[in-house]
Amino acid sequence: MTENSSTECKGLLCGLWRALRRPSLRYSLGTLTVVGFVAGIIFWGGFNTAMEMTNNEEFCISCHEMEQNVFREYQDTIHYANRTGVRATCPDCHVPKEWHHKVVRKIQATNELFHKVMGTIDTPEKFEAKRLELAENVWRAMKKTDSRECRNCHDYDSMDFTAQGRRAMNRHSVGLEEGQTCIDCHKGIAHRLPDMHEVDPTIVVGQR
Amino acid sequence: MIKQLSMALVLLGAVGFAAQAAAEDVVSLRGHTDLEQESAAPELKHYQKDGEPITRDYVQQPPLIPHKIDGYWIDHKSNKCLSCHSWANYKEAGATKISQTHFEDRDKHVLANVSARRYFCTQCHVPQVEAPPLVENTFKPITAISGK
Repeated sequence: MTENSSTECKGLLCGLWRALRRPSLRYSLGTLTVVGFVAGIIFWGGFNTAMEMTNNEEFCISCHEMEQNVFREYQDTIHYANRTGVRATCPDCHVPKEWHHKVVRKIQATNELFHKVMGTIDTPEKFEAKRLELAENVWRAMKKTDSRECRNCHDYDSMDFTAQGRRAMNRHSVGLEEGQTCIDCHKGIAHRLPDMHEVDPTIVVGQR
Repeated sequence: MIKQLSMALVLLGAVGFAAQAAAEDVVSLRGHTDLEQESAAPELKHYQKDGEPITRDYVQQPPLIPHKIDGYWIDHKSNKCLSCHSWANYKEAGATKISQTHFEDRDKHVLANVSARRYFCTQCHVPQVEAPPLVENTFKPITAISGK
């Protein structure tokens, strides 16, 4: 930019742009580099810390929609309490571990904030009415990622079929051969199933 | 008059004594543990994890469940048992299919799906634990079924 063009610039944004483009006359390159580096660490650390704060059970159940529905159901299941004391909390299953998948999921979660504000599922009745749709969202995501979050703990390669029961061994061997993924069979293991009439009419009474 | 009165008193006393004797035989479900003390909890029984079908012991006995059913949910929205035992799924699952009798209503009309009155499996079918009988009994399985 030349002096001529600067006289044409009047708006606030334009002034800011000009200041940003102009080389610094006051600070040395070294100072700028060091300050930039430190600021970068603080920003990056702060960003990740803030993101991790939204990535634990306490945060998840700070909304009554989660605490009074899905969390209470999950307390009856093996992922909450079991003989070895290993617990999978909400983000272990519902938030990816890898950084970029995690950020994508966190961006998607802004939609959930919108529905929190709108009160889309703020009563048990509303939640129940939406349960099928919500469950299908999770099933679809897990199918797409080949049940990535399950496999953080349940890895086919480290699974000893011979140590499993007769039924589990049979079904897992078949599943592995056919390229099935965990969620194909293991639906409703941590939360109650929605009305399955449309999903799988073979496991429900009556017809609709 | 006095004779009658004394007779009545003696009778009353006898009844009272009998009632007291009977009260000493009565044991509450809590056993002989004092009210202020906690009785020892019985040992927890573990359900058989997985096994072959269990032979029936009498005619029309609902087959027993030879595996754990922890967390198997049955309500109007889904029935976990049917995901293996329904006619649509039993072959793939390698499970026993539910009986045809489960498709009848109480007037013996045949329905297109499991009858609502037969839908809650655990009303009749139960999993098993290895445990001695709670009371002594002389029950013997029917030879025609069990072969024993």
